[in-house]
Amino acid sequence: MKTLVLTASALALMAGVAAADPLRIGIAAEPYPPFAAPDAAGNWVGWEIDIINAICAASSLDCAITPTAWDGIIPALTSGRIDVIMASMTITEERAQTIDFSQPYYNTPVVVVAQRDMGIAATAEGLAGRVLGVQVSTVFQDYAQQYFEGETEIRTYQTQDEANQDLAAGRIDATLADSLAMDPFLESEAGACCENLGAVPMDQAILGSGIGAGVRKGDAETLAAINGGIDAILADGTYDEITARYFTTSIYGQ
Amino acid sequence: MLDGLHAFWPGLEATLALLSPQPPGWGGGLLRGALNSLIIALGAFGLGAVIGIFGALGKLGGGPVTRDLLAVYTTVVRAVPELILILLLYYAGTDLLNQVLALVGQRPVEISGVVAGIGVLGVVQGAYATEVLRGAIQAVPRGQLEAARAYGMSRGQTFRRVTFPAMLPLALPGLSNLWLIATKDTALLAVVGFSELTLETRQAAGSTRAYFTFFLAAGALYLLMTLVSGRFFGWLETQFRRGQVQP
Amino acid sequence: MTAWLKPHRLALIALAVALALWAGWALRWDWIPRYWQLGLEGLWRTLWLLVLSVGIGFALAVPLGLAQAAGPRWLAAPARWFCTLIRGTPLLLQIWLIYYGIGSLFPQYPWIRQSDLWPLLRQAWPYALTALSLSYAGYEGEVMRGAFRAVPPGQLEAARAYGFSPLAVFRRIWLPQALARALPTLGGETVLQLKATPLVATITVIEIYAVASRVRQDTFIVYEPLILLALVYMAIAGLLALGFRALEKRYTRGLGH
Repeated sequence: MKTLVLTASALALMAGVAAADPLRIGIAAEPYPPFAAPDAAGNWVGWEIDIINAICAASSLDCAITPTAWDGIIPALTSGRIDVIMASMTITEERAQTIDFSQPYYNTPVVVVAQRDMGIAATAEGLAGRVLGVQVSTVFQDYAQQYFEGETEIRTYQTQDEANQDLAAGRIDATLADSLAMDPFLESEAGACCENLGAVPMDQAILGSGIGAGVRKGDAETLAAINGGIDAILADGTYDEITARYFTTSIYGQ
Repeated sequence: MLDGLHAFWPGLEATLALLSPQPPGWGGGLLRGALNSLIIALGAFGLGAVIGIFGALGKLGGGPVTRDLLAVYTTVVRAVPELILILLLYYAGTDLLNQVLALVGQRPVEISGVVAGIGVLGVVQGAYATEVLRGAIQAVPRGQLEAARAYGMSRGQTFRRVTFPAMLPLALPGLSNLWLIATKDTALLAVVGFSELTLETRQAAGSTRAYFTFFLAAGALYLLMTLVSGRFFGWLETQFRRGQVQP
Repeated sequence: MTAWLKPHRLALIALAVALALWAGWALRWDWIPRYWQLGLEGLWRTLWLLVLSVGIGFALAVPLGLAQAAGPRWLAAPARWFCTLIRGTPLLLQIWLIYYGIGSLFPQYPWIRQSDLWPLLRQAWPYALTALSLSYAGYEGEVMRGAFRAVPPGQLEAARAYGFSPLAVFRRIWLPQALARALPTLGGETVLQLKATPLVATITVIEIYAVASRVRQDTFIVYEPLILLALVYMAIAGLLALGFRALEKRYTRGLGH
């Protein structure tokens, strides 16, 4: 094993590339507060970053957090640029055909946040004739395309921040997003325009069963380490301690 | 002085605080991004120039197959949007490299963001550089080459001692244009998630909602880079022009 | 034609055909029936964005070039600054500044939403068109500056001596000559403009690149939509090159080089 590592790093040096030693945890390069966002010093902070570090510590993994473009994070995993996706990715059947998922590590309702006093509701009828913004490559986009497309104009954004920005600007009437990620926006000055209209009708097939870590198909070793880490931080209270720093209620789900 | 400015622009202090290089200001991030952009642009420009020299020599003196393949390369790269080439090369490039490594029994490697960016933009730059350098080499007076041959210089010597120094001043305007394209094309890497200037700007703007401030600041940084390097290339041109026969 | 079809070319063409057949057989194309309609709509949007932005951009480039070539200083300086600004910064940044920068001002000025322009300002394409047009104007303004300068002053003097009014000199002699000189670069600049259009996908405009991205997002098929997209852009670029070559043949005749 050691010689293999040595040859690999020698080869990597020759090719001018860095050897893949630590486990590369892919997070979305686009800010997704309060889960993962860079601060002014360029360090990534947030609930999910703390959870990643806790899982890695619990499973004695040497992890390197690797920001990767969200729109293309699955190809980045399958092509070997990263080893794990932990970017608030919902576990869905469709994604599970391409990658393997760990057990869920949090769960959050999917809600419609809309301009106040416009008579919008979190249903297909309530959104008919309106403009809805969603982040690209998310379950929110899938859901909007499945239930709202045609009657509702759907605009896709590279980041949820940009969708929120356009919601505040009034270019879109509503956005479909993760409830927890919308709270900081609604509490901000820009969020005064809008209100949380509550969850959309559930569709387990699209909205999935919680947020999990993704690994390459068949990578059982990494999957076991991540699952073990999640179990460990749930059992020893680290998970609750981190959650209390960011949220007032439990976000683990059932 | 500051008071007068303050009266004129009430948000000045807040803006300056946002742009401060010390956290909680985001100026440091922008500068880090600008440095990354510069490194990638320099690398891509260098790689492009190397590809360009071989490409130009291949197009001018290579066999028929080499020439046709080079024609396909320059045509495709110059017709397909950089964004698509970047996506294709970025994902397919790593995929291919790792599959080749797997074939020879090696474990996959991680290509660092900077190296991948240089590689991808370098391939794009190479196609344009091939055309620029080909034109420059063709413009070297034939008499000079014949004279070199008459002195008994080998082909390699002729290229090193006569063709290369003679074509450089002719190629400089084109190369300086390519350098400007390289600095601006680094912005496209933001779409694949590289932390260069444009992505850092987007993150800062998204986090603070000060979109105007940060996009203008980043624009100023890009402008600084292009203006300074424009001056440098202008100076270089006058240096090389010395002792050249003016047409 | 026969001179072009040398044996090695036939071999290369055979290789390319084999590669295409392999790609058709081994890669996944089953998504095409589901998306071809969206693709056509995207293609249409790409094309009209290209045509309109080139038209508007060129209309702006003529005064920008003229101001720099012959205008008084108070006109020449801002025109030169505009071209420097556009050419010195990335288009992606310009697009984001125009879309998100302007958008960030809307909440401060509620009356904007009451104005008649609001239905237009809500859409993404006006910003995309503005950014693309300004960019084309910046690059082409520089070209037109050189083209206006390159027209021999003797011709303009001769026209004036014949009693042409300044407007007639411009319309009948100066502009046509400058246009003929700018034509060869115009083709290249227009292909560059085509290559810049996918950037507007980042501000929610659904042109053809955005459709290919959607295929990738929906199906996780990465390479096939991108390869097809590259072919589409190559076809458009090829048509543009042919079109401009024909134009050049027609309009640069009798131009003393």
